[in-house]
Amino acid sequence: MTNIDTWRALLSERSTDEVVTKALVRDVELPYGAGTMALITLDNGFDHTRPNTFGPHGLFALNGALSEIAARNDLVAVGVTGKPFIFAVGADLKGAASVASREEAHAIGALGHHVFRRLGELGIPSFAFVNGAAMGGGLEIALHCAYRTISSGVPAVALPECFLGLVPGWGGTQLLPRLVGPANAIKLIIENPLSQNRMIKGAQAYELGVADAMFEPADFLEESLRWAARVVKGEVTVERPARDGDDWDKAVADARFLVDMKLRGASPAPYRALDLVALARTASRDEGFAAEDDALADLLMGDELRAGLYAFDLVQRRAKRPAGAPDKALARKVTKVGVVGAGLMASQMALLFARRLEVPVVLTDLDQARLDKGVGYVHAEVDKLLAKGRVSADQANRLKALVTGSLTKDAFADADFVIEAVFEDMAVKKKVFAEVEAVVPAECVLATNTSSLSLTEMGSGLAHPERLVGFHFFNPVAVMPLLEIVRGASTDDATLATAFAVGKALKKSSVLVKDAPAFVVNRLLTRFMGEVIAAVDEGTPLEVAEHALDDLGLPMTPFALVQLVGPAVGLHVAETLHAAFPERFGVSEGMAKLVASGKPGVYAPDFSLDAEAVALFTGGDAPSTAEEVRRRVLEALAEEIRIMLDEGVVAAPQDIDLCMILGAGWPFHLGGVTPLLDRAGFARPRFLPPGVASVPA
Amino acid sequence: MPSSRDVVFVDGVRTPFGRSGPKGLYAETRADDLVVRVIRELMRRNPALPPERVDEVAIAATTQIGDQGLTIGRSAAVLAGLPKSVPGYAIDRMCAGAMTAVTTVAGGIAFGAYDVAIAGGVEHMGRHPMGEGVDPNPRFLSEKLVDPSALVMGMTAENLHDRYPAISKQRADAYAVLSQEKVAKAYADGKIQPDLVPTAIRTAEKGWGLAVEDEAPRPGTTLEGLAGLKTPFRPHGHVTAGNSSGINDGATGCLVAARDVAEELGLTAKMRLVSYAFAGVDPEVMGVGPIPSTERALRLAGLSISDIGLFEINEAFAVQVLAFLEHFGIADDDPRVNPYGGAIAFGHPLASSGVRLMTQLARQFAERPDVRYGITTMCVGMGMGGTVIWENLA
Repeated sequence: MTNIDTWRALLSERSTDEVVTKALVRDVELPYGAGTMALITLDNGFDHTRPNTFGPHGLFALNGALSEIAARNDLVAVGVTGKPFIFAVGADLKGAASVASREEAHAIGALGHHVFRRLGELGIPSFAFVNGAAMGGGLEIALHCAYRTISSGVPAVALPECFLGLVPGWGGTQLLPRLVGPANAIKLIIENPLSQNRMIKGAQAYELGVADAMFEPADFLEESLRWAARVVKGEVTVERPARDGDDWDKAVADARFLVDMKLRGASPAPYRALDLVALARTASRDEGFAAEDDALADLLMGDELRAGLYAFDLVQRRAKRPAGAPDKALARKVTKVGVVGAGLMASQMALLFARRLEVPVVLTDLDQARLDKGVGYVHAEVDKLLAKGRVSADQANRLKALVTGSLTKDAFADADFVIEAVFEDMAVKKKVFAEVEAVVPAECVLATNTSSLSLTEMGSGLAHPERLVGFHFFNPVAVMPLLEIVRGASTDDATLATAFAVGKALKKSSVLVKDAPAFVVNRLLTRFMGEVIAAVDEGTPLEVAEHALDDLGLPMTPFALVQLVGPAVGLHVAETLHAAFPERFGVSEGMAKLVASGKPGVYAPDFSLDAEAVALFTGGDAPSTAEEVRRRVLEALAEEIRIMLDEGVVAAPQDIDLCMILGAGWPFHLGGVTPLLDRAGFARPRFLPPGVASVPA
Repeated sequence: MPSSRDVVFVDGVRTPFGRSGPKGLYAETRADDLVVRVIRELMRRNPALPPERVDEVAIAATTQIGDQGLTIGRSAAVLAGLPKSVPGYAIDRMCAGAMTAVTTVAGGIAFGAYDVAIAGGVEHMGRHPMGEGVDPNPRFLSEKLVDPSALVMGMTAENLHDRYPAISKQRADAYAVLSQEKVAKAYADGKIQPDLVPTAIRTAEKGWGLAVEDEAPRPGTTLEGLAGLKTPFRPHGHVTAGNSSGINDGATGCLVAARDVAEELGLTAKMRLVSYAFAGVDPEVMGVGPIPSTERALRLAGLSISDIGLFEINEAFAVQVLAFLEHFGIADDDPRVNPYGGAIAFGHPLASSGVRLMTQLARQFAERPDVRYGITTMCVGMGMGGTVIWENLA
């Protein structure tokens, strides 16, 4: 049996639900009498909302098309392009998540290479005409071609594999560095995926050297074919700089430094990708591709990738259909928003509501100066957007006109949604809502941005507590994607549906949580930090505790997080949780001293440790090792999550993970948090069945 | 005719013409995309013209619905990436749409309202069959304003055979065969291809392709082959699919400019507009329209028919060309007439055809510097004819 038959036997039975991308072949007479090109259109038969992807059947289809082309002798060139708006976006991830053996995993890599590399080895020039989004394996198809054109309208070019926990291993790590040099290749292979999976546009890809020519979308294919004809006729030659002179060692070392900073070794994929890029300097195609096959097989059989795929699915699917959200049809229309308070948080919210809902937003405060400052902040932010070209002058005028201030709450008389962002104090909030309820229409939703107070108690003085809902943003409001929507004991479905609709319009991912102290993210982060800080209070050197969990690759260390949040806020939340759960949440003496000292944290402005601040935590006589701290923290998290699930704070472990990914920035390779706890053996029983976010048993 | 400035034809292009229908080249291609392709090619071929110097985009379509609606001159200009400061409009005179787009912007240029304009036309008769959405006023028939046959073009062609009894079906077929032969020769000699815009086409079933030549010509057409075709408009009639133009999809466009501005910008003027005229005739014999419109245009130009060295006459039906030739005493096979063949072979996507005639005349002028004057003329539904007389600047 040839390889292809082996793979067919191995792979074609599984992934029967693959949406197969077809390879449609059509002869094209190239302009200028250059001859006939076989033009392959990649098309899965759906519109652009379901992009072209490649599973085994798609690869077999492309292979069949290439065999037909290879058998002909009347062709001067072969071309590949996509369906409208989409070139191809890579491997079929659903299929990848179901791979159960290393043999299969290896076969997927090898089959991809076998098929794609034919494009570059047909004996006639090959051209990729990148007409639309090109990601992962889609971009690799283009890289296998001898030449590439790209449309200036392409919205997304990326190799997102490292973001998920894979490597661009269908040729990407070998072909791209040799094409654009190691430094540029690393931008696409490592840097962008590790920067919130940043995508670049067609023009940027062209500037990086990924494409040889760029044309406007209006007649992209026609002009690409003209260009191809001139290449075929020898009228256009493409210079391919030899990359041997590039400083490969420096590029790889710089990237390794960056990856270490972000991950501290926590996820294997970027390191494998770096090794492969380094290999590309000297490896032959066969050697390089074989190394990619091995890397893919290892990573596909690793829990980090499975957790990454799980996490990706959470943010792509579950985040869009929040578990427990009521029928959308119940949502009321929101045509005017009130914001109580004019502080920084309130101003940030006002800007977001104005930009996304495009309805009038009124800020209220008792003090004209604070009000002016709040509205002034919004106007200044709009001017920044204008200066950056993010909004037009007319849009800027519109946004500024939408946001106004008022000294009295009468301005809420025709509001449909009023949110408070006043001081985190129950009495203050109850008073505010009593005043608001006196002026707003009967169906106006009342929302609180509280991060830890009880919604049920807050609503206890209201005539209509059923319209009170928690609407908990994360700082900075404009950036953080998570919104915890809190259902109180009395909150009705129409109120909740309206909250979800507003959350969606704000482009946030909403998770429904029960009215429980500090909801999800703050509760878990506080428990997490509480254990670390307790270890320090007990005598563990701060630096030891601070770095005890570095191997998880969290976005920041515990004391860095304290500094970001502010010690006073951190202490306040800890006290709230201590009041609720004194047996599990302590209040740190060291933290209290830190707050009293007025210092912003334990770090000096240059990120070195502030010895005076560190000294505030000394005095304990029962130090722990880093390993003991790590164990203690993970056990505590497992315990807390179990309790939260038992209490019904959220519907499922998936929602915990979604919250930690979107609200705390916990990484994909941990799957948020529960796959990590399952994997490390701290969850007994497991939170998720084997195979959900791990390699199937 | 009075004019403050000379108006010149700078350049013209068109998409290949397709056969309409589910198997045609453009079965799944939008009409506005065809226009966009034409506009962009005109700009690309004439880099001396700064896009912001285009003062108007006049695009004709007979059926201004869907992708031929939305004021297609303006919407295609935006889609083509012309500066938003460039205005545009849609225009309709059925088959003479593109011709009217040219004469209308030419009038504006002569008056001084514009310096440079794009004029053209489109008809995707597959997406927009003739008569789509029409709602003729019942008074047409109740008051006998027009004959019931007036709105069926094939019937008007049969009526023309009645008016010119000497034009037999056999003469019409012979003319059609000649047209096919001339088109085949023009293609073989490379006369057509330079002004075609290769156009990307896609179907869900076949993927992307490229239209590079006209789909409609039937080289090798014979008299015998034509003799057996049905005469769908009359039992034992004269008019067949073989001696008529077909049902087609395509777009055309050209650059028209004030002569002095063309010189200033360094644009090559190929023809000078000498005069133009439109004329009305009885709708039931709309095919005679070119006769009075040509007589009027000649009179305005101070010329006679003998001054005309080249004729580009739209072949809606062979009989309509033959009636024109008969009237002016020109032989059926006169080499001055449609030297590259005509719509019987190329096809006739209604509102686009006028500019095809001009583009071909310009190319013939370039080959024949000895010819001073040529005309482009065509018949129009509802009983009209249109004629433009051009002077060779080659």
